[in-house]
Amino acid sequence: MDIELISPSDWAKQKILAVQEYAVIAARSIGNLFTSPRYLGDTTQQADLIGVGSLPIVILCGFFTGGALAQNSGSTLQRFGSLSLIGQLVSLGMVRELGPVITGLMVAGRNASGMASELGSMVVTEQIDAMRALGTDPMRKLVTPRVVSTVVMLFFLTIISDAFGIAGGGVASALFFGVDFHQYWSTAWQILVFQDVFMGLAKPVLFGFIISSVGCYYGISARGGTQGVGRATTQAVVASSILIITVDFFITRLSMTLFGG
Amino acid sequence: MASPPLVAEQRIQSHPPAAITLEFENVFMSFEDKQVLDGISFQLRFGETKAIFGVAGSGKSTILKLALGLLKPDAGRIFVLGEEITSMPESALFDLRRRVGIVFQESALFDSLTVRENVAFRLLEEGDVPEEQIEERVREALSFVELENTVNLYPSELSGGMRRRVAIARTIITHPEVLLYDSPTGGLDPVTSNTIIELLVKQRDVYKTSALLVTHRLQDAFTMATHYFDRAENKMKPLPPNARASVPLCFLILRDGHIIFDGDLKSLRETRDEYIREYIS
Repeated sequence: MDIELISPSDWAKQKILAVQEYAVIAARSIGNLFTSPRYLGDTTQQADLIGVGSLPIVILCGFFTGGALAQNSGSTLQRFGSLSLIGQLVSLGMVRELGPVITGLMVAGRNASGMASELGSMVVTEQIDAMRALGTDPMRKLVTPRVVSTVVMLFFLTIISDAFGIAGGGVASALFFGVDFHQYWSTAWQILVFQDVFMGLAKPVLFGFIISSVGCYYGISARGGTQGVGRATTQAVVASSILIITVDFFITRLSMTLFGG
Repeated sequence: MASPPLVAEQRIQSHPPAAITLEFENVFMSFEDKQVLDGISFQLRFGETKAIFGVAGSGKSTILKLALGLLKPDAGRIFVLGEEITSMPESALFDLRRRVGIVFQESALFDSLTVRENVAFRLLEEGDVPEEQIEERVREALSFVELENTVNLYPSELSGGMRRRVAIARTIITHPEVLLYDSPTGGLDPVTSNTIIELLVKQRDVYKTSALLVTHRLQDAFTMATHYFDRAENKMKPLPPNARASVPLCFLILRDGHIIFDGDLKSLRETRDEYIREYIS
């Protein structure tokens, strides 16, 4: 295969253009909410695909992540004789950090790839052009319903993941460290304050937007036949996963600055 | 067969015969470093079909996408049904596109929708068309392409020729005033190609629709130039030689981004241009 060399200025221009195109898609996906037509049927269908479809993996991942977190923190806490804090630690870890991030990454792997491949296939088979030619705005019909449904469903999936994560931590604590489950549950519940819940629920809103807008952007800008669709799918998962982890760092910092420690 | 509606008669009344439905005025278009269209100008009159020829990559499909506003030219102006579309925002173009139809090279049917949903797509999107009317118009459009029994099938269950016919049905369901065909017979066997050309002739002669036809097959355009659609017998029939001049069909040949020929069948046959003579031989 020939390797095409590209000048640094052209490379920079391409990247800036890509950011500009992404910004336009992301902005239009939000802007379309304020004008008609709105595609409620398509939004509901996507919510079912994204929300209900992702439920099993989110429950399983949440449960076992909580369990693993309890095992790791439990052995450390045992050394200092502070095993009673295990519920608080798992609860804070799940609600503030692991619940949103693990759910976001799972949904990114499942749905950002799905969106990129579906829209990419529509681009390379001229279905997007056909839609425009038939007088329908693909941004309105395809992108906005995906963005809205991902944001809404990721919010609720994260709450479910948090709950199962704390439950998984409780089961692991009871099984491996003999912690009383009721005591675990009440400490896990009582430690949570507004700041933790706010941070834990603001993240999925942003992550949902990242997953759907990135997935749709790579799909809409797919070029080069089936190979291009495959590339778009991979790039969508990689980019959305990196963005989730990067944005998570900054929201955590911002939240701690705003609310303290 | 569905009886042709009054669309053709209405159209003839609202458009004088010399009216221009589509016009390219000094249009330039390039992709990366390649100049595909280098200042082309042409007009499409009401009721006329213009067959566009050129080697692969000569900008034939680009002309169709420009005419529909799917692409914006680098320079020049394009008029569709009296409106200048080059400076139109996308939102305004969506309204204009309801009056213009396109049949894509590979049909571009929505693969997750059934034939019925594909054909009814425009009506379903309008949102205010009663269900009974949608059913009736879907039946009428599918009857026009003789595929009434495929309503519940998915595009993947159809042959290539059937997909093209469904794409034609999807395009004509709203009776557009201008039709754009992008290689409608490309990759099809001669029998199926002939069926498609018969539908194009039927559309031209029954509905009096203006059309741009991009094709690689000269015989398709020659068939269209030498045949008419007999409504009584519901089939395409050859015209006597002395009546062929009345057929509203023109030829447009592109080369290196320029139009090197724009005229009727008679002037095409009489041309002395070596390249064109070789092309049509």
